[in-house]
Amino acid sequence: MSPRHLHPGLNHPRSPEAEQAEVGSSVFGFWIFLMSDALVFALLFAVYGTQVHATGSGPHPAQVVNLPSALLQTGLLLASSYTFGLASLALKFKAERPGLASAWLCVTLLLGLAFLGAEVHDLVDLYQRGAAPQRSGFLSALHTLVCMHGLHVATGCLWLLVMLVQIRVMGLASEVTSRLMRLALFWHFLDIIWVGIFTVVYLQGARL
Amino acid sequence: MNDVAAYRRTLRLYTLGLVLAVLLTAVSFAVVGLTALNGPGLWWVLYGCGALQVMVHFRCFLHISLARSHRHDLWLLLFSGLIIALMVGGTFWVLLSQMARMGG
Amino acid sequence: MSDLHGWLLGRLSWDALPFYSAIATVAAGVLVAGVLAAVLFIAATRRWGYLWREWLTSLDHKRIGVMYVVLALVMLVRGVIEGVLLRTQQAVAINNPGFLPPEHFSQLFTTHGTIMIFFMAMPFLTGLINIVVPLQIGARDVRFALLNAISLWLTVAGAGLVMISLVLGRFSTGGWSGYPPYTEPPYQTGVGPDYWIWALTLSSIGATLTGINFATTLYKERAPGMAFMRLPLFAWTALCTSILMIFAMPPLTVATLLLALDRYLGFHFFSNTDGGNLMNYINLFWLFGHPEVYILVLPSFGIFSEVFPTFSAKRLYGYTSLVLATLAITVLSFTVWLHHFFTMGQSAGVNAAFGIATMLIAIPTGVKIYDWMLTMFRGRVRLTVPLIYASLFLMLFVVGGLTGMTLATPPVDFQLHNTTYLVAHFHNMLIPGTLFGLLAGYTYWFPKVFGFRLNEHWGRVAAVCFGLGFLLAFMPLYLLGAAGMPRRLSVIHQSAFAPALWVAEAGAVLLFAAVASLVVQLIVSIRQRDHTRAPLGDPWNGRTLEWASPSPPPAYNFAVLPAVHDRDAFMWLKEQGQAYRAVVQPAPINMPRNTPVALFIGAASFVAAFGLVWHIGWAALGGVLAAVACVVVRSFNRHTHQTVSSAELAAEHNRWVAAVQAAEAVNRDLELDPRNRGRAEPTL
Repeated sequence: MSPRHLHPGLNHPRSPEAEQAEVGSSVFGFWIFLMSDALVFALLFAVYGTQVHATGSGPHPAQVVNLPSALLQTGLLLASSYTFGLASLALKFKAERPGLASAWLCVTLLLGLAFLGAEVHDLVDLYQRGAAPQRSGFLSALHTLVCMHGLHVATGCLWLLVMLVQIRVMGLASEVTSRLMRLALFWHFLDIIWVGIFTVVYLQGARL
Repeated sequence: MNDVAAYRRTLRLYTLGLVLAVLLTAVSFAVVGLTALNGPGLWWVLYGCGALQVMVHFRCFLHISLARSHRHDLWLLLFSGLIIALMVGGTFWVLLSQMARMGG
Repeated sequence: MSDLHGWLLGRLSWDALPFYSAIATVAAGVLVAGVLAAVLFIAATRRWGYLWREWLTSLDHKRIGVMYVVLALVMLVRGVIEGVLLRTQQAVAINNPGFLPPEHFSQLFTTHGTIMIFFMAMPFLTGLINIVVPLQIGARDVRFALLNAISLWLTVAGAGLVMISLVLGRFSTGGWSGYPPYTEPPYQTGVGPDYWIWALTLSSIGATLTGINFATTLYKERAPGMAFMRLPLFAWTALCTSILMIFAMPPLTVATLLLALDRYLGFHFFSNTDGGNLMNYINLFWLFGHPEVYILVLPSFGIFSEVFPTFSAKRLYGYTSLVLATLAITVLSFTVWLHHFFTMGQSAGVNAAFGIATMLIAIPTGVKIYDWMLTMFRGRVRLTVPLIYASLFLMLFVVGGLTGMTLATPPVDFQLHNTTYLVAHFHNMLIPGTLFGLLAGYTYWFPKVFGFRLNEHWGRVAAVCFGLGFLLAFMPLYLLGAAGMPRRLSVIHQSAFAPALWVAEAGAVLLFAAVASLVVQLIVSIRQRDHTRAPLGDPWNGRTLEWASPSPPPAYNFAVLPAVHDRDAFMWLKEQGQAYRAVVQPAPINMPRNTPVALFIGAASFVAAFGLVWHIGWAALGGVLAAVACVVVRSFNRHTHQTVSSAELAAEHNRWVAAVQAAEAVNRDLELDPRNRGRAEPTL
């Protein structure tokens, strides 16, 4: 296996082969973590699915869904996935200019924070309209699923912030790029979870 | 020289991912927001677009492919998919059966 | 004033102290005295510095493994004492209230189950995997050494939470499975279920991380030539257990977190009103709970697969079938969870499907039993302690399997559900299946870790007490369950049950004697260690790579990574005369430095969980922030590794090789003789 093909788009062509193998197995370990995490989300989706009609005295799905806001959040997160891709590209091919990668990572961070802002605004709005999670089984499941994803994005933002500082302090050392590879996986993975959320919670909810 | 070609190829992959994802998202939102489509037809479109978009993200952003060099990532994904299908599918099967019989 | 108290201490007050029952007061006293005695003893012998430098901050997988096993043995003692108390209450409380108030009885069966599963069996098997797997696959360490230590300290934090519940507050009375709605706020207002929730959450996160770590290690860090079909069976079972941990712990984490949301924030996941559905919890819990059974039992299967060939001096029979059976069990274990709640209202078709899936698991398990028996067949069998456990397991586990088949039949289960028949069945799986395997492994690998063997006499006493005690304690429960006695009764109003309960009590006393024998064995072994030293590394004429190093092995395990040519890699090396070779100029090795970060993360998590239990906001938030800060600060540290020089490696390795070559190779008749210093005469 040539080291160039370990993780295309993410591997660092200039580092020696042994380091590549080490980074490769860290990345593999992180993939396993992501799969475990994916199962957490899958189970929250399953709980949501079994509770979706358990509205008690509270509002129905169609009454709580805010489609324009969901579209905005989707756009922000998708854009951030793309800008992280551009950051990965800069890391791989423009390693002599760490500023470029940092710039794209900053854009990604801002998009992530904007997403979180929109989401929090949405949830506060729900709360004020009497759709608090304490109202019914359905609302408990909805809030938990959405907040779990939001919590992950917030963790990703914190991680991004730390990595931006590390690029400043440590440069593009191999542990820094290795962490950035894993952060990239994490970030793209969260976007995939979001595809599930906007499809199942928002779009399906609008018609229930 | 080789680096430039690889750079362009990878950039194209990300851009392709973005375009396809935007298209699929647009279709999903449009079907719900702009049409009156309902019932099984709607669910097929929504879940079809969702599943396609997940695959687009895996292929274009996470670079999962059938190439030999990352087969183990693919195997891991498929095995995880199996477990998720068993657990989620089983949950629905069991709980819907209970609800149907107990009027829940 | 009360505002300040609430802010500072949450719900903690003088009422939390354990004066509600004499036994609880004594237990708390014993715990406090024990901890104080340990602290003072270590201080008096001036070992705190040593303990800190060599153990608490260590990232060495073998030392982490030992700490797991120590935790498991401590918790085993508490768990067994609780079991004896439960059995004694049932033996005396026939038509009278007995000596335990019902509420305390319920706490005891909850802590007994929680401790035995999460803080005895899990740490024990994780410890053995930690100690053995990297050695067996010819690796220098696990893939993520720091993460490994974090897993350990999270588990310890969870165990600490269960322990401190003896002194402050009362534990849950909802059983080890914590079913709502009984664990919801209207029915248990105290902190009990909160203790249970956070102890389990910490340990399940630790177990998930362990699973990820060992799956990656086994996938990526095998020695050159160690193809998958050359992996020792224990390594295979460790891989499958890791996979199960990765995918079975998330449902538990989700279940406990959703229960926590119900309890703390008034959500309606499992409540009786407003759309809650308790069946969601039960479903999630057993999505975890059934694979968990195989997390517990597969490593023991692996240990037996090492013990049978070694003490029969034969190759393992049916290696491929054992591997396939292990993989089949791993996948099938995700398809049977519903058999824990056949009676809860789904249709007959659903029950039938899960009943059949359950019975299917008996097929690969049966294959294994035959493979082990055929391994012994015509071998030169030495009935040492590990093999005594293994033989007891073969006979008793089959009984448990058969009673499992009866329970897997839904109409039968409707009769036996929640009776002591079920209690007898799962103890029949977990004592001969899990515990005997772990104790066999403990005896088998002890000389590898400490350089001297355990005392054989006391080991046999313990094994026989365990075997007899198990039979006496649990066979009567099958009869009682079939006669209709429900589980978890604190008072019995049926005099006809009395004789069987008295027999079971005798069994419980024997099991206590077995644990006492283990303690005596350890003390005697340490005192007489000069007679049982085997520093050369191979006291049992071992077949796999963990025996191809001195005992105890150096931190880096192998000066030069061994080349693997055969399934029994070390036996092959011995037969080819390549086992003990001097090295010239080995490549220097990069090893992780010790660090207290993992211990700090565990401590911070403990503070956070304790704060959550008692509603102390600053502790909960502060603990979480401190744990995150530890991770962030650590990520800026670039001096995490140190290099062992080539000269140092060569000197240490060659000293060992010279010692082996100068030593007398002993044959198997002298296995338990002081002359067995760890060099085995090849058996050809």
